[in-house]
Amino acid sequence: MQLIYEQSVSGRRGVKLPASDVPSAACLPKNLLRSEAAGLPELSELDLVRHFTRLSRRNFSVDTNFYPLGSCSMKYNAKVLENSAALFAPFHPMTALLPGGEEYCQGTLGMLYDLGQLLTDITGMDEVTTQPLAGAHGEMTGILLISAYHRARGKKKKYVVVPDSSHGTNPASAAIAGYEIITVPTAPYGDMDLDLFRQAMNDEVAAVMMTCPNTLGLFNPHIKEISDIAHSHDALMYYDGANLNAIMGKVKPGDVGFDVIHVNLHKTFGTPHGGGGPGSGPVGVKKALAPFLPQPRIVMDDEGKFVMESVKSGTIGRTANFFGNFGVMAKAYAYIIMLGREGLINVSEQAVLNANYIKERLRDYYELPYDKTCMHECVFSASRQLEHGVHAIDISKFLIDRGYHPPTVYFPMIVKEAIMIEPTETESKATMDAFIEVMIEAAKTAESNPQALHEAPLTMPVGRLDETKAAREQNVCCAG
Amino acid sequence: MSEMYFTKEHEWIKVEGAKGKVGISDHAAHELGDITFVELPKPGKSVKQFEVLAAIESVKAASDIYSPVSGKVLTVNTVMDTAPEIVNESAEEKGWMVELEISDAGELEKLMTKGQYDEYLKTL
Repeated sequence: MQLIYEQSVSGRRGVKLPASDVPSAACLPKNLLRSEAAGLPELSELDLVRHFTRLSRRNFSVDTNFYPLGSCSMKYNAKVLENSAALFAPFHPMTALLPGGEEYCQGTLGMLYDLGQLLTDITGMDEVTTQPLAGAHGEMTGILLISAYHRARGKKKKYVVVPDSSHGTNPASAAIAGYEIITVPTAPYGDMDLDLFRQAMNDEVAAVMMTCPNTLGLFNPHIKEISDIAHSHDALMYYDGANLNAIMGKVKPGDVGFDVIHVNLHKTFGTPHGGGGPGSGPVGVKKALAPFLPQPRIVMDDEGKFVMESVKSGTIGRTANFFGNFGVMAKAYAYIIMLGREGLINVSEQAVLNANYIKERLRDYYELPYDKTCMHECVFSASRQLEHGVHAIDISKFLIDRGYHPPTVYFPMIVKEAIMIEPTETESKATMDAFIEVMIEAAKTAESNPQALHEAPLTMPVGRLDETKAAREQNVCCAG
Repeated sequence: MSEMYFTKEHEWIKVEGAKGKVGISDHAAHELGDITFVELPKPGKSVKQFEVLAAIESVKAASDIYSPVSGKVLTVNTVMDTAPEIVNESAEEKGWMVELEISDAGELEKLMTKGQYDEYLKTL
């Protein structure tokens, strides 16, 4: 397939504009003006359409095939949700911020308000801000709230405790907010080592950040005990909601001692975030932290009207323009309303059932480093295959040949040769069975003909890419 | 004659008088796979024992490298900037990363000898 630059023909245009009959005015200083043409490809409209249509056909997506990256990356999102966002498109985002503007956007403000209420109910929190634009942004907001809470009470706190089975963004967010990180290792039973956790805790700890279920797909049965220990040191409990898909309607993090939570609307609540966004990471808090939430906030007045709350002191300030990524929230709102309470419970039950089904069907073929009932995802190790010189990456390349997107590999990092499979709730048994057969075929091929796995993929436009060369020699150039 | 000590996190230090060169073990380099980037500290930086000294990235993962002892960074191996693959080729020789001025030789007692480290690897 030719690159778009290779198809370029000098002077060819998709749209021909008439020559300008307005004298050009020098509005930019000379040193900012281009001295030569930008070197853009020159194509007709039809050539362009064909080029991008061809490219899109080479794209692998959840709309075409099974995609075991799961809600962690992107689960299937019902197409009807796209319509719900489109309904709001004509409204100008400034409307609510103009004097008296609230009158003209009661529906949009009400939607945001209702979404916040629904999220407090799902998470067991008291208040929610919808401003944060993604999960890690939510973490940053949450940590700043925790910091403001301790400061307001005159407490000097220095550390944030994070288990090594948490998402890597947890320690990163806390470090950027100025805390020192104490990492607690995972015990052989797959959860944070409780004894080491007790030793790590002290009165200078501001917060404990937990991902639950953790990156091994395991639910920590000691959460209540952990939060009691944290609270006894006046530390707050932070819940990373990236894996909320496993527990909706089953556990409210607020009920088991969590004080702050972010949820990823773009993971759990039916909105796409492939390709880097946009996302949405609302943050929920218990009452004690509510005064510090980002402003402005949407509240309901005595007459049931939605109004913007005036800025109060104590707030950590805005974390995003307007109210966050509005389109993502409209889709999430539609998703929650469409499924309802029972529907959301069903989502989590089905997601967990599917992951356990795959775990049980593959357990004779792949090593299970933490052999327990899993939540929405199961983590294998390719350690048995490694004895034949086959790595997790070879298995994932083999899957490509068989029409499957590889699952997450080499994560979590605490599992050697990790293969993490998250089917999600939307896949049928027949789809999973077909995938399982291919995984079994890969395991058998690893024993009988490891070389075949090293050579995969064979069916793609290009063979095995040299990932090392791509990382070491980052020479990106643009043909003029 | 230089002596080599290892940490449980798979760093080594080769001690020569009051100075020591630091790198990662052959085992660690093999486990990480092809190394693509090593982030080195600035000369003059002071570190405490077992604190983060440098960072390393491979095609599989990014990891921290911890200082085997407390000390001050004297020099760094700038070969890392252009050819990080030297860590895969010679992790315990040419793939050294940092030369430290050792501030407390007593801390070496907390580390393992080559023999002890080889025994430790068998337990992993």
